[in-house]
Order: sequence, then C-alpha cells, then structure tokens
Amino acid sequence: MSAITMRELTKVYPNGVRALDALDLEIADGEFFALLGPSGCGKTTLLRTIAGLEVASGGSVHIGERNVTNLPPGKRDVAMVFQDYALFPHMTVQENIAYPLRIKKVDRRARADKAAETADELGLSALLQRRPGQLSGGQQQRVALARAMACHPQVFLLDEPLSNLDARLRLEARTFLKRLQRELGVTTVFVTHDQAEALALADRIAVMEGGRIRQVGTPTEVFRRPANTFVAGFIGSTPMNLVDARVDGDELVVGRARLPLPEDARGQVGGGERLVYGVRPEYLDYSPTPVPGALSGQVVVVENLGSVSLVSLDVPGDDAAEAPGDAGSTGDAGTTGAGGAAGDAGGRTSVQVVVAEGGEPTPGDTGWVVPRPGRSLLYRDGDLVTVAEAASVPAPRAGAGVQG
Amino acid sequence: MTATTAPSAPTTAPPGPTGPTVAVRHVLAQIGRYTFLCAVLGFFALPLLWLATAPFDDTPTVTASLPQFTLDNFRALLDNPYALSSLLNSVYLAGGTAALVVVFAALAAYALSRVRVPGRDALLYGLLLLSSIVTGTATMVPLFELAFRLNLIDSRLGVILILSGGLLPAAIFILKDFMDSTPTSYEESARVFGASPLQIMRHIVVPVVRPGLATVGVWAVANVWGNFLVPFLLLRGPEKAPAAVIMYTLYTEGGQADLRLLSTFSLLYSLPVALMFVFVSSRYGFRFHGGIKR
Repeated sequence: MSAITMRELTKVYPNGVRALDALDLEIADGEFFALLGPSGCGKTTLLRTIAGLEVASGGSVHIGERNVTNLPPGKRDVAMVFQDYALFPHMTVQENIAYPLRIKKVDRRARADKAAETADELGLSALLQRRPGQLSGGQQQRVALARAMACHPQVFLLDEPLSNLDARLRLEARTFLKRLQRELGVTTVFVTHDQAEALALADRIAVMEGGRIRQVGTPTEVFRRPANTFVAGFIGSTPMNLVDARVDGDELVVGRARLPLPEDARGQVGGGERLVYGVRPEYLDYSPTPVPGALSGQVVVVENLGSVSLVSLDVPGDDAAEAPGDAGSTGDAGTTGAGGAAGDAGGRTSVQVVVAEGGEPTPGDTGWVVPRPGRSLLYRDGDLVTVAEAASVPAPRAGAGVQG
Repeated sequence: MTATTAPSAPTTAPPGPTGPTVAVRHVLAQIGRYTFLCAVLGFFALPLLWLATAPFDDTPTVTASLPQFTLDNFRALLDNPYALSSLLNSVYLAGGTAALVVVFAALAAYALSRVRVPGRDALLYGLLLLSSIVTGTATMVPLFELAFRLNLIDSRLGVILILSGGLLPAAIFILKDFMDSTPTSYEESARVFGASPLQIMRHIVVPVVRPGLATVGVWAVANVWGNFLVPFLLLRGPEKAPAAVIMYTLYTEGGQADLRLLSTFSLLYSLPVALMFVFVSSRYGFRFHGGIKR
C-alpha cells in the first residue's frame, strides 16, 4: 500500500543541470531501499523529489495509490531524516520528537505521551529534557529517527543516515537501523555514497550515475553481476578487475593466458571480438606455482587488510595480437571511471587478488591467479554480456546533460 | 648593566647576559603598556565619572570632582514639567520604532535570504547606501515636506515611520546575515512534517535567529534614543518631545547651560539604555544552541 512508483521522473534545475533524467523506479511496500552513487549523481535530488522538497520538472511520483507529484511535502505522509539531523536547537528532545504532532494539532498531553513512548523505543527516555546541543552524534541521530517515527508516516526517507557518525558508531548504528526498519516494516529509502553501507543495509539497491539508474537489484545481484563497468567499479570494497580480452573460439585471451569463456557469454560473442573481462579480487585464487588456465604476473604491492591481503600483480599484455587502434574496444570502461585496471601503454595490466592470511607473497614474486568458475563476467562497450534479462536496465545516457 | 647585578643564581658559572636583560626589558614593557592603557582609560572614563558625580554635586562644574553630596538637583529636575514625560516620550518613540523595524526587517530578511530574487545583493547594497541619507540632515527638508502633506507633523507616528525607514535597510542587512547562517534543513524538516510558512517562521526561524532580533532591537532603540534632529523638526510642542530634544531646553535664564539640571537629566537619560543592554544580554544573550552536526 505504500509502495513508491516513479515514472519518467525528470528534474532540471533552473541553471540547466539535469539532475534526474527520465527515471523509472519502483520501490516495494516495506522495502529497505538504497540509492547509491558518487556525489552529484542525483541520488539526493531523487530523495528530495520523493519528499516534495524539490518539484519534479516532468514525470510522476506515486506513493501507494496516490499521485503525489504535485503535493506539498506536508501532504505526502512521508518523514525525512536529514544528513545533519536538523533537530531544532531551541527545543528539548521531547519537543523535537513531538513537533510533527504539534503541527497535526494533537493536544499537549497526548503529544507528551507519544513522545515518551517513541523515545522509550529508541532508548532515549533519559534524555527527554535535554537540548540537541547536549547530545552525542548517535543520540542526535536517534532523536531524529524518533521524530520521524512519531507521526507514523507511510515512507521514511533518510539522507546519508550514517555519514555524520564516527567509524565505530557507524557500524553500531547500521545494525540498529536495519533492525528498526525490519521491526517497523515501513517503506524506507535512504541515500548513501558508501557502497558497503548500501550492501549491508538495503533489501535492494539502485546504483545511480548522472541522473540515471545504472542498475537496480539486491545486494547480491549488484555485487555478483554488475550490469555495467560503472557498477562493477563502484560496488565492492576493492574494485573489480577489468582487463582487456579477446575472444578466440571457445576461449578468451587475456594477457598471455587463455581462459574459458564465462557461461553467460557463450553464444553471445563472436570470434576475435574485443571485450572487457571482469572478475572480483575476491573471486580469484592465488597460487605461487604455475597452474593451467591462470593469469600470471609479478607481485608489485601487498596490502594487508587484516584477515586478508590485497595483492596487486603486473600482468604482461597480449602483445602477440596487439592490433592498432584497439583502444576503442574497451568502450566506456575507461571513461566511466570504472576504477578497474585498464591496460597501460606498455601492454601491462594490473590485476588485484585477495589472498587469505598465511599465503601472502612478497613483492617481486611471480604469481598465478585462477578465476573461480561462474564468477567472471564479460563487458561489451561497458555493458554486461549476458542472456537477455539485463535489457531492462536503461541504456547508457547519450549527451543527456546537454539538453537542459 | 643591570644584568650583572641580577640576584638570581650568582653561583652558576656564566650568568647568561641575555636572560635577565630580557626579563627586565619585559617588565619595563609591561609597565609602559599599562601606563599607556591607564592614560587612555582615564581619558575615556572621565566623562562617565563626571556623569556619575555631577548630578549629586551642589555646584557642578565642567570638571569631575568629589561632589558635595545633595539630591537637590533631582528635586529641581522634577519641577521641570517636561523632564519626566519626555523620557516616556522617548520610550514610546524608541519602542515603536524598534518593534516596527524588528518585525519588518525579519520578514524582509527571511524572504531575501530564502527566495532567489534577481539582483538581490545590488538591491540590498543600494538600500543600505540610500538609508544613510534618508534620516540624514540632507533630506530633512523633503522629509518635512512629506510629513506635512501626509498630515504627520506633530505626530509620534510620523517620527516613528521616518526613523523606521532610516533604520530598516541596515536592519535587513544585519538580519539577512543571521538568516543566511541558519541551515535550511531546519525549515525543510518542518515542511516535511507539514508546517505552513508562518508556522515555520514562528516555531523555527524566529527562535533560532532570536539573538539577531535582539541585536537589531537594541540597536534600533539606541539609535532612536539618541536621535535629536527628526523629533526636533517634526514635533512642535514640548509635550511630545523626547528626552534628546528636552535636554536642549535646559538653560538658565541667562541663556547658559544649566549644569545642575543638565547633568542630572543626562544621568536619567542614559540609565534606561544601559539597563536595556544588561537586560537583553542576560535574557537573550548571543548564544547558539547547536543541533546541527557539522
């Protein structure tokens, strides 16, 4: 009943910036939904458009059965928690939590009761008479959440809910937030630029870039099968390895190695075609001795990440069949800033691999890495080569920013 | 020189000529600085000292001296039919102007701070420039003419309107700065909860910028309290004249300034403003509670 549906949603600012570009999105009732993307991708604008703080230039927003596109924020039955929490500094915690009810003309006694009850749920009972300035960051955030909960909205909108907390508190708040959302069961949309936060919290994620949605999916889908090189480079604490490759019969030539063609791509690619081969560092197995079907190279950097180490290898390029002008074959892998390792001028490619503790090589060693079966992907012009389905993702934008 | 006779640690081998010399120079510099400060302070404090002593002096002169204590001056002042009522008149004018200025400046500043008006800054600076002329001596003739046409001669309303007009641009300028530094997320937050613009103004904006409103109010009162020219020209009789104008009439029969009355009246005249400053700063103080995590 409180699903959110957006159709052709467009927002063009007066200065001509096209923040949202004919965006279609459906958020299911009770879902915990993340809008993820780099800064300036339009995710906050989208959230504010749902809230009604920005007026859409085109398209529509529905909450449940109601068309709210032209309703003012107060009539949409949503509650928003701002990045800076925006607690009113001159009011006590109790007055802050009760403020939405004050607007709804609930009488003073009922307001105080409701505030006390909500505060109790969030463990704020001892702080009711304090002012926001006297609270810690975590407490302020919980007051902001309590204020949003007090009016029982159909939708919660959270703008960067964890970004103002310090690292340790952030983990705590993350767990707290996820449990709270599960218990309340209210449709919740949150904005974040932190992919780890999105993966951890959300039921589904929309990855945005340049006012468009590049992929929508569950955290698993987005992590395992990024629909394009942008998402591949954005999701994951270590970016996906993206290496130039060439199809040769039933095999793939990557550097000097020959790897089996990923299952999805069978029958989708032609011989001799130049593509981008993608595999996550987590899905590569390192071996200090030669193994068949492996990429080999020299270990350059070893970064200790605690229980695992991130090892960077320099893999020599496919110099046997280096064709002139092949730079175009990588499509927008490089231009979308995929963050992966595009081959450099010398035909060398950097490949990163996660190595479990105990097996770390030292820089200078020669190592072999084998992709795990079913975990490698192929990208043609920046988009995933796969069997059908992925076509539902909007096409990459073409000069969208210019028209406005 | 003095360094060699320094009493500190004569046993240690080299006395280190720099150490004591530096210390002495430091002390001399301190003494010099404080002497200078005392002189400056005395220079500025003397008039105030005169204001504090002269009203209680039997025969005040233009110099500050230990008074021959008496309260006769106050009795003499009370005999003046306009002295006390003029202070009340000053309160009317100052209060009316301050109220008008605070209300309108707050509304204008909020709008200017939140709404994109083309040429907003130019407008503001232009107003600020012109406002220094409006209540200035240069425009007194046209202002008098205007007040005459509008039947506002010898009316307190006329004085209040003209003084407000002069103070508003600067007040808007000051308050706009306060409004600009208030995060918009407060208001957006209230909007999402369904608050109307007037509710947002009343519940959120006014309390948050209260220090700014207090500043502007105090500033407006102080300005009107000290203004002589506008009420002097626009108010005809002494019944409506404020204290600044009545002070001008305190002469002896010989046409000389009556120092006994003048000093006493000056004291009474300055007290309300001083009290207001104390009250406002203790009541509203210039503090900001926080609540935005930066």
